[in-house]
Amino acid sequence: MSVVFEKPHALTDAVLHYCPGCTHGIIHRLVAEVIDELGIEGDTIAVASVGCSVMAYNYFNVDCVQAAHGRAPAVATGVKRSDPSKIVFTYQGDGDLAAIGTAETVHSAARRENITVIFVNNAIYGMTGGQMAPTTLPGQVTQTSPYGRDVEKVGYPVKVCELLSNVDGAAYLERVAVNNVQNVKKAKKAIKKAFQNQIEGKGFSLVEVVSTCPTNWGMTPQKALEWVDEKMIPYYPLGVYKDIYAEEEK
Amino acid sequence: MANSCNLLFAGFGGQGILFAGKFLAYKGLIENKQVSWLPSYGPEMRGGTANCSVIISDDPIGSPIVSKPDVLVAMNLPSLEKYENDVVAGGKIFVDSTLINKKVERTDVDVYYIPATKIANDNGTPTLANMIITGKVLKEVEFFSMDNTDAALKKVVSARHLDLLDVNFGAVKAGYDFE
Amino acid sequence: MSEKVLMKGNEAIAEAAIRAGCMHYFGYPITPQTEVAAYMSKRMPKIGGTFLQAESEIAAINMVIGVSSTGKRVMTSSSSPGVSLKSEGISYLAGCDLPALVVNVQRGGPGLGGIQPSQSDYYQSTKGGGHGDYHNIVLAPASVQEMASLTVKGFDLADKYRMVAMILADGTMGQMMEPVSLDVEKTEPVEKPWALTGTKCEREHNIVNSLFLKPEELEIENFKRYEKYKYIEENETMYEEYLMDDAEVCVVAFGITARVAKNAVNEARAKGVKVGMIRPITLWPFPKKPLMAAAEKVNSFICVEMNMGQMIDDVRLAIECKKPVELCNRVGGMIPTPEEVLAKIESAAKNGGAQ
Repeated sequence: MSVVFEKPHALTDAVLHYCPGCTHGIIHRLVAEVIDELGIEGDTIAVASVGCSVMAYNYFNVDCVQAAHGRAPAVATGVKRSDPSKIVFTYQGDGDLAAIGTAETVHSAARRENITVIFVNNAIYGMTGGQMAPTTLPGQVTQTSPYGRDVEKVGYPVKVCELLSNVDGAAYLERVAVNNVQNVKKAKKAIKKAFQNQIEGKGFSLVEVVSTCPTNWGMTPQKALEWVDEKMIPYYPLGVYKDIYAEEEK
Repeated sequence: MANSCNLLFAGFGGQGILFAGKFLAYKGLIENKQVSWLPSYGPEMRGGTANCSVIISDDPIGSPIVSKPDVLVAMNLPSLEKYENDVVAGGKIFVDSTLINKKVERTDVDVYYIPATKIANDNGTPTLANMIITGKVLKEVEFFSMDNTDAALKKVVSARHLDLLDVNFGAVKAGYDFE
Repeated sequence: MSEKVLMKGNEAIAEAAIRAGCMHYFGYPITPQTEVAAYMSKRMPKIGGTFLQAESEIAAINMVIGVSSTGKRVMTSSSSPGVSLKSEGISYLAGCDLPALVVNVQRGGPGLGGIQPSQSDYYQSTKGGGHGDYHNIVLAPASVQEMASLTVKGFDLADKYRMVAMILADGTMGQMMEPVSLDVEKTEPVEKPWALTGTKCEREHNIVNSLFLKPEELEIENFKRYEKYKYIEENETMYEEYLMDDAEVCVVAFGITARVAKNAVNEARAKGVKVGMIRPITLWPFPKKPLMAAAEKVNSFICVEMNMGQMIDDVRLAIECKKPVELCNRVGGMIPTPEEVLAKIESAAKNGGAQ
């Protein structure tokens, strides 16, 4: 019997703890496929963050360090500076990267730190049970914005790719989604480029993946995927926000 | 002869107070003595007052803080007023008389008035009043001498200013010879 | 022994660290420790090491975590307010059992406090500092020579026990210059099979982690760590005894205050007062045994500290309150004078221990 579909080698056999319909699983798989395809598993070091993906260290079949909330880019900086021959990536959620870790994010980009950042934006704090995130949409109901996010009172969502596109050090920024097959394919291409950039020494590369949280959004998985198209993508338009090498190539 | 000397250098930031202290510390080190050098630090130094404690001793040094100096080098009026009364009885006070018009009130100490800043200006080395007054310290304090001045200067004058070795030596000598 | 050079305490730490094989430094400017960073910024590029001025003390300590997780020697330095910021990362280092050297050149607090020397982070450094049950090995140098030698020792202990070694200095120790020999006794490098070096697809992946969601597992992690701490307490305690043989009064002081107290002890001895001193060199583990032994002989203790009385608690615990313990202290950046300590010694000697 021939095997036609396999788990990527860069994923362990551990059973993912993510909720049904959550797209973390897809993103994990894409990252692992890219690691496999680039043949870098033995030299890759992952930095897990705090949030739903806190236990990513159990899932990626590479050496892993678990960082404090928001500090993954700083930890990754240390790992990369220690051994620049290693491929170092962080896997962070929106609370981690765009709230508590804003400084670490901006400054690792400013330093053009040669790391890869996988940024999962699902507009909510998932792990703690659905509180308002820096990326929660205006009017969106969460546990800590029960009347909907009132931008007059709590401020506006942070658009990470747009923000970082003004940071000279950032080399490559792209926002993708994984809510349909076409987008998943584009997402994988972006993730691969972000790793390829690091291998080529091109510097700070971040892929923002617009994701879902059906549990805390209070939706079915199917509805959540539709909501990405209806609400998330209009606010967080997909596309390449920065690619300094593409600009040079022109 | 005393087996140690506690010195306090005090003046404005920029007068080379710390440098003069370092010079003496290195001189002590070269002469196989125990030495410590402790500067005041922080923003007060930028244009404000600066001082440093220097201890040169034949024996191991306890506290590096000089609260009762045997020798006070005062290069501005606030420093003289602040530390005059801390000097031990029988101690020595060196005053830059170009910058300080006031006379020392204590009668139980030896006082040396040196117009160090004027001499420095006259010699065309306006930044070396510190070393002129230090030269006088070498002359008047029994514990010290002109020995190893060259070697000590080589340690404290930074590598990119080696051309200044001679003028520094000249300044120390000028202070040493000042009557 | 190589020629002695005059160096600031802060610079001696930096040079000693490099000679101990530390090739990675992450810092952030804060008075009075900035010379450590300045020195590293000059030296590291020349030897192919890392000097990185981080965006914050928080980032710096997390960069330390990153390097340490790869098994390399790494350090950061700061002063009191900055060490508070690093405390999160220090707790993670403890939880991940990662070695690192952290330097605290203390200044007065709380809050922004001042910039003059202080010892008021004694509790913070010896009792943990961050959240959770843990200890750092805390080394308290009292000379520029010890700033260098304890830095080397700190790296060795950190690697040996997979934990943070902290140099607890103060502004005086950092800023003062004394002759120092920078000879480093090379120790055998510690094997680090846990380090993140890439699996090469030849071994199971290594995980450096402090998260244990199952309480029974986390409890075991804590128990294991405290077994290690117990061993360290028995084997790594360092202290200096000075004129204790016939002492009736025992002064206890560390770092710069031990220097001041030594002057006072000498002056008191010259006056015929039988006084000695115990100087803890490791503040954790604390030298309980020599203090308890002293409690059998002396009438009273005097703790000289630049805080409101922090080490005094450990002294009382060490001697199980068998003898009275007095405090001689200045705070806020003030340093006790030998005269103040002498007066305390004389009054203690006169009282003969009766309170």
